[in-house]
Amino acid sequence: MSAGGISLFDLVIAGVGGQGTILASDIIGRAAVKEDMPVRAAETHGMAQRGGSVVNHIRLGCELGSMIPVKSADVLLALEPSEALRYLEYLSDDGVVIVNTDPILPVTVTSGLCTYPGVDAIIKKLEKEHEVKAFNATGLAKEAGHPQSMNVVMVGAVSDYLPVSIDTIVECVRELVPPKTIDINVRAFDMGRSVIQV
Amino acid sequence: MRKREYMLGNAAIARGIVEGGGQVICGYPGTPSSEIIGTLAAMEERNFHVEWSVNEKVALEVAAGAAMTGVRSVVTMKHVGLNVAADPLMTLAYTGVEGSMIIIVADDPSCHSSQNEQDTRRYSQFSLIPCLDPSSPQEAKDMIPYAFKISNRLQIPVIFRPTTRVSHGKSDIEIGPVNGERPVADFRKDLERWVMVPKNARIRHPRLLELQKDILRELKNSPWNELEIHEGARVGIIASGIASVYAKEAIIRKGIDASFLKIGTYPVPENSIRTILEDTDRIIVFEEMEAVVEEQVRIIAQEAGSNVEIIGKIKGPVPRIFELNTDICADVLAEVLGLERNDVPADTGEDFDYDACRIELPMRPPVMCPGCSHRATFHAMKKVFGKDAIFPSDIGCYTLGIQSGTVDTTLCMGGSITVASGMYQAGEKRPICCSIGDSTFFHTGMNGLLNAIYNKADITVTIVDNRITAMTGHQPNPGMGRLATGEETVEVSLEALCRGMGAGFVETVDPYDLERTEEVFKRAKDYKGTSVVITRQLCVIDAKRSGIRRKPFVIDAEKCVGCRLCVNLGCPAIEFDASTGKASVNSMCTGCGVCARLCRFDAIAEVKK
Repeated sequence: MSAGGISLFDLVIAGVGGQGTILASDIIGRAAVKEDMPVRAAETHGMAQRGGSVVNHIRLGCELGSMIPVKSADVLLALEPSEALRYLEYLSDDGVVIVNTDPILPVTVTSGLCTYPGVDAIIKKLEKEHEVKAFNATGLAKEAGHPQSMNVVMVGAVSDYLPVSIDTIVECVRELVPPKTIDINVRAFDMGRSVIQV
Repeated sequence: MRKREYMLGNAAIARGIVEGGGQVICGYPGTPSSEIIGTLAAMEERNFHVEWSVNEKVALEVAAGAAMTGVRSVVTMKHVGLNVAADPLMTLAYTGVEGSMIIIVADDPSCHSSQNEQDTRRYSQFSLIPCLDPSSPQEAKDMIPYAFKISNRLQIPVIFRPTTRVSHGKSDIEIGPVNGERPVADFRKDLERWVMVPKNARIRHPRLLELQKDILRELKNSPWNELEIHEGARVGIIASGIASVYAKEAIIRKGIDASFLKIGTYPVPENSIRTILEDTDRIIVFEEMEAVVEEQVRIIAQEAGSNVEIIGKIKGPVPRIFELNTDICADVLAEVLGLERNDVPADTGEDFDYDACRIELPMRPPVMCPGCSHRATFHAMKKVFGKDAIFPSDIGCYTLGIQSGTVDTTLCMGGSITVASGMYQAGEKRPICCSIGDSTFFHTGMNGLLNAIYNKADITVTIVDNRITAMTGHQPNPGMGRLATGEETVEVSLEALCRGMGAGFVETVDPYDLERTEEVFKRAKDYKGTSVVITRQLCVIDAKRSGIRRKPFVIDAEKCVGCRLCVNLGCPAIEFDASTGKASVNSMCTGCGVCARLCRFDAIAEVKK
């Protein structure tokens, strides 16, 4: 867990380039800063964005480095199931995995070079050692109005774990998503939040 | 309480440039440095000049010229860019500057987006130019106005060296006041200072050496070096830049009582190092990449006749490669101090012990986007030149063609045409076809083409022109008719440029038109001498942003025979279902139509609405 004197809350957000992991961590980081909390975050830019695996670290109430040590994250928020497994090492033993069950097949799989493990097998593996909250966030995003709002569904899902008020997070959703999509994203946030009632 | 904003490190650095009163800011894009100029160029109100220059040498010289007139200038680049700009750097140290100048060089330990992980602090030692090494985005912002001040006071440029975790980190940032004072450009002629003929250089070199004492005195009192002596603690920890926050966290986690020296400047603060040496029996040095601080600590210890044991990376166990992190620092402390270890493997950025999961995870490497025209270019290139041909390549999105078998070498910016020429001149008999992007061609590819034509290299040069500097985040370049700020400018013609340099074969094609692209490649291959093929098609990301919409394609399962020809293109929008033995197009399709042109069974067609 996030250790005393170091950080209040350590969150790892994993996903695939293009899914909106940076916007998700921006909403959370900005909300914490609005509530006068120091924040440190690390993002994947550049080369790794082109459909590659991406991971963001975000530490609320932290004034040290942005990189979360192994086995220290309070929550692992995975926007894609196989990416949850890829970064599982960061999660503390009593941490929680919140995972979108909708897979994105990498080119290595679509072209037949590698195989994609079954989503059920991935969830089972995650559940072996951790508390897991798994649901189809992409499906909820479609219901909210657009599949691209999946990242905000996931922010909604993690919102009750964060040491930041829901109102402030929603305010940041409104400020950071494209103006035309505010209603869809606020709906997406609410749907994500109601799926996971802590 | 002052206003705090949540910001990207590079945006904080840009804010520091505004607060410090920067007047001329230039650079060449390179991860992780690109967003500094991107942020400044996107500002609606500006009272400074900001430009994307064509390469780092050019950018550094533009900034040097500005600083010679007495104004404040900044140049930005990634670490390897400083190699390109090393020529003016070394002599600029002799002439110095009249106003002030900051050379921002972003390092990339662990090679997240780079071809090597060189340490810019070595250039600081080499050129005798002072260097600042921020440990956080806030410190990075605060160092910039300071760097302007000492550069002006000492009349020498200052190197400012953030790393990936500072530039691409985010943090709450306390905004400071803006320096409204604006020096006016007024170049004063002074031959002995500005004209580095041998006679003058012989005067300026000893002067630069003499200046080192002033630099040391200035930095010694800077707020970027912090010494905390713990009474009675026999262990001292010295850590620089970003490593200082990792070391701090490791000390807290391990509950270690140690004196601590944080270093943020080079040359290092000798007096503080002497003090921590006097108070301890053992010193552990944490710094990313080269042993720059450790070497200085050893020299200072020897001069002081100190018997303190110095532990770092020269003899281990601190790693000399890749980024450090809290886990690595904690394990080093545990090993050295005989504490319990966590035994966390060094984090190289992506590796994970998949086997430990007992589930094999598929690799997810970065790939070219669905509909990227480079994929079509490479397909046609490979088909015409054959598998045996040699394909030197360059640095950009097209380097991802490594999976298409058309990237055989990647050395440095502009290193495709030149490497191809060398192979030809060496007597290599196989066909040679190299690839280079539009921005990379303007950067340093042009010189290579001139050399190839002049020296009669019989090679084919493919300029993959997607009309943007895509890989680093879509910066404009001279081929686009648009400045960093969005303002219109001259659109430089690649065709005219190549012909002007003497190329006898210059043809431009739309790579989505596979048949014609193959036909042009065939003629280029047969041409005796240096042939140039320009494959021009907008970057798909940029095309989407500018409102271009194409109808997606669909595969008719009845007609698909499962030959996998389309699948082998490696487009993320094409999937193959092993159970049915048929291919299908997913929602990522951008409608480039290349797969449809490829299909021999007429199974792929545009979606009809």
